Amino acid sequence: MKNNFILFTIIMSISFCFIVFYKGLNNSNTYIPSISDTKNIPIFEAKDFNSNAYLNSEKIFEEDIFYIVNIWASWCVPCRTEHPLLMRLSKNQSIKLIGLNYRDNLNNAKDFINEFGNPYSQIIIDNDGTLSVEFGAYGVPETFLIDKNKNIIRKFVGPINQEIADKIKLIIK
Amino acid sequence: MKILKIFIIIFLFIGFPQSKSDEKNNELKSKILKNIRCLICQGQSVYDSESDFASSIKLIVDKKINKDVSEEQIYEFLKEKYGDWIIYEPELNKKTYILWLLPLLLFLFGGAIIYKTIFKKKNE
Repeated sequence: MKNNFILFTIIMSISFCFIVFYKGLNNSNTYIPSISDTKNIPIFEAKDFNSNAYLNSEKIFEEDIFYIVNIWASWCVPCRTEHPLLMRLSKNQSIKLIGLNYRDNLNNAKDFINEFGNPYSQIIIDNDGTLSVEFGAYGVPETFLIDKNKNIIRKFVGPINQEIADKIKLIIK
Repeated sequence: MKILKIFIIIFLFIGFPQSKSDEKNNELKSKILKNIRCLICQGQSVYDSESDFASSIKLIVDKKINKDVSEEQIYEFLKEKYGDWIIYEPELNKKTYILWLLPLLLFLFGGAIIYKTIFKKKNE
């Protein structure tokens, strides 16, 4: 009876460990905490992509509409795949796209925009990546949805796909 | 020669405290960076990583230290942006109390079993 109990406990423990590790195999290696409470957009000053003039966040997000902040770079391959979706999103009148050019060569970035089109109403430069940290970004591409109260309400790590674009459209409706 | 001596004395008075504070800042910076997880790396701290993410965090920490922002405030800033996960040493709060108390409970439980076994053997 005692031996059976020990055997049962061992089998149960091994099974439990197996299930935990097997489930863990399917999880992503990168842990991304969900945005449980809405955060205000950071207060910052950044260089404008076209004019090189300094702009502050109040000026950038001055309108009472939804905004998308998209972190991109010309060297980022997934940015190319999401670009057509951003172009389509930019046609929506109730949203404005702000591009945050991340650790990029300005000429390459300009070539990228000339080649693939410009979905952004404003592009700001983040040469050292510190502005992206202010947004709580991990890298490129990354997209933030900002509501009319200037709160970050969604964060999409990685390139946006059709499903995410539909979700954004549904929220801003 | 006299002028040279005066220059050396002035240099020592101005330069020494500055280099000492730089050293202190560097120590604090290393301490903080070693306690911050590189979120896009596997098992590396920001201190050990050369990724873009880590270098941006290094710059931010450096700027904040130079602005005399305290260690706690830097951790709070990073936690606000990335959550508690970014700090290696988790605080004791309602989300982490199991993490902190479980080893202690297991230790007490194990100790109780060992004590009981020895006590039982002695009685026999």
